[in-house]
Amino acid sequence: MSLLTLAFRSLLSRWITVSLTVFAVAMSVALFLAVEKVRIGAKASFADTISDTDLIVGARSGSVQLLLYSVFRIGNATNNVTWQSYQDIAARPEVDWIVPLSLGDSHRQFRVMGTTVEYFQRYKYRGGRSLAFAAGERFDDMFDAVVGADVARELGYQVGDPIIVSHGIASFTEHDQLPFTISGILAKTGTPVDRTVTISLEGLEAIHVDWRGGAKIPGQATPADTLRAMDLQPKAITAALIGVKSKLRVFQIQRAINEYKEEPLLAILPGVALAELWQIVGVAETALVGVSALVVVTALLGMAAMIFSGLNERRREMAILRAMGARPTTIMGLLMVEATLMAVIGALMGVVFLFIGLAIARPYIDAEFGLYLPIAFLSSREGWVLLAVIAAGAVTSLLPAWRAYRLSLADGMTVKV
Amino acid sequence: MLSNSALSLTHVDFTWPGHPSFRLRLADFHVVRGQKVLLLGESGSGKSTLLSLIGGILVPDSGCISVDGHDVVRLSAPARDLFRAEHIGVIFQQFNLLPYATPLDNILLPLRFAPMRRQRVGDAKKEALRLTHALGLPQDLIAHQQAGSLSVGQQQRVAVARALIGKPSLIMADEPTSALDAGSQSAFLDLLFQQCDEAGSTLLMVSHDDRLAARFDQTVSMAEIAEFERGRAT
Repeated sequence: MSLLTLAFRSLLSRWITVSLTVFAVAMSVALFLAVEKVRIGAKASFADTISDTDLIVGARSGSVQLLLYSVFRIGNATNNVTWQSYQDIAARPEVDWIVPLSLGDSHRQFRVMGTTVEYFQRYKYRGGRSLAFAAGERFDDMFDAVVGADVARELGYQVGDPIIVSHGIASFTEHDQLPFTISGILAKTGTPVDRTVTISLEGLEAIHVDWRGGAKIPGQATPADTLRAMDLQPKAITAALIGVKSKLRVFQIQRAINEYKEEPLLAILPGVALAELWQIVGVAETALVGVSALVVVTALLGMAAMIFSGLNERRREMAILRAMGARPTTIMGLLMVEATLMAVIGALMGVVFLFIGLAIARPYIDAEFGLYLPIAFLSSREGWVLLAVIAAGAVTSLLPAWRAYRLSLADGMTVKV
Repeated sequence: MLSNSALSLTHVDFTWPGHPSFRLRLADFHVVRGQKVLLLGESGSGKSTLLSLIGGILVPDSGCISVDGHDVVRLSAPARDLFRAEHIGVIFQQFNLLPYATPLDNILLPLRFAPMRRQRVGDAKKEALRLTHALGLPQDLIAHQQAGSLSVGQQQRVAVARALIGKPSLIMADEPTSALDAGSQSAFLDLLFQQCDEAGSTLLMVSHDDRLAARFDQTVSMAEIAEFERGRAT
């Protein structure tokens, strides 16, 4: 009977306390790995929100703020970009394509965004994926609207349903004379696009024809057909996405926009701004990792306490082993093997718990938070985490093992209990 | 004389580290090879300390303890542990066995720590079954039960098999019969003696029961050979 089987049999004989301890270790490991998965998933999905766009232009503010309102639809623009400036930038030879974004109105809890049809072709996410339609198609008419997957799901919309845009955000004034018709529903992307109602810039302009200074002009209601015939060029937009012809020119055009004389503008590189934003969010990330690491430490301390409390009743066992010729260091090793065995089983069970939990929770997390967590084989980082847990288990067991060493030296072959 | 003695202690002086009032002195004690010796002593007479000294768990401050011609005092601590594993079989009063292992695994346990003894045995499992058969233990009890589920008498016999496997030169038994009733005591001693004879092992048995004296080759009382001081613990 090897030391390992000896330790294993001994653990089996105390299966209730042992399994509770192992369970605690397993849960803590599963929690830690789950936090890692969510953290890395969140980080990836964060970075995947926008891709293949070289620059984002908006009124001068902070780069994070511009990123937040233009891409994440969080907060509001402090100022607009005039149509003139937009056209100046669009006319620059380095610009390959430019898509205007106009925000400010809402539908229920969702933002409404005015843009051009080119948006559906140019907006890319998760490493260059294009927007796809789950139903219907892009807007064609001035009063067509394309809704994101979450909008359609939460409000139960179908293609052809009418949709009324509210003025401003969280307002009670509605553009109810001019309802839009849903022309298409986008497939789920896991980005803020899912929670956006997209309409044409002209449509957005049209519903504001009878408005001045944020209020409706009393008694004026231009009919839809008249509006269709009008030249509804917007006076301003909120932001614009830009693709450049040569990546080498990105910084050049960025500087040109930032130094634009007629109006204070800001051009940002989405990747840089995302990294900046993640640094801010990253504090919570670190805190989360720290807390879950502490949970693992607590579980391991619990294991050490369990071994400690069992030592006294196991002095007989140790005395027998001593009488058979076991060295005190062998006794010490036996306890460490036991602890390591528990840590190994705990860590492996933790992985199993993680995958079971992922399999159950993944559809929910994807639907609710747009967070796609891949069920992949353990990454090398997670492998290191497991090894660290096992090593920490072995190190933690040094305390009770040392105590056992002292006890077996003092007791020898006889126990006076 | 020395070559003929299985055990010899001369001028042994032992003081518990940190307890100067706890002292055992022993001038001269020899056991001839192959003999069965009963060491009589009340509890608290220093019997356990003496056994620990012979077993090499404790080391005297001075003197010579030789088991089978080897001076254990001069060995290093790991070497003493190895020596004990190779040359000495131990039987306790009770709770001899690891309760979670099978009796068979318990019997094979000392061989794990004693490579030479293991080599001497050859087919260890076969030898264990031969011993237990001779000791009147059913075979399926040995390999499939947990040792903790055996009766006290059965456990003591498993302990005998464990002490004797690989034929160590010295068997130390510390009141092995005290947990048994009078009828079983005699049968147990018969089996123990028979197996010691077969293995050619010397037996040193410690007891407070002088009624057993008649069955041994030699009976020594603790008080005759040793001077034991046990100061009040402070």
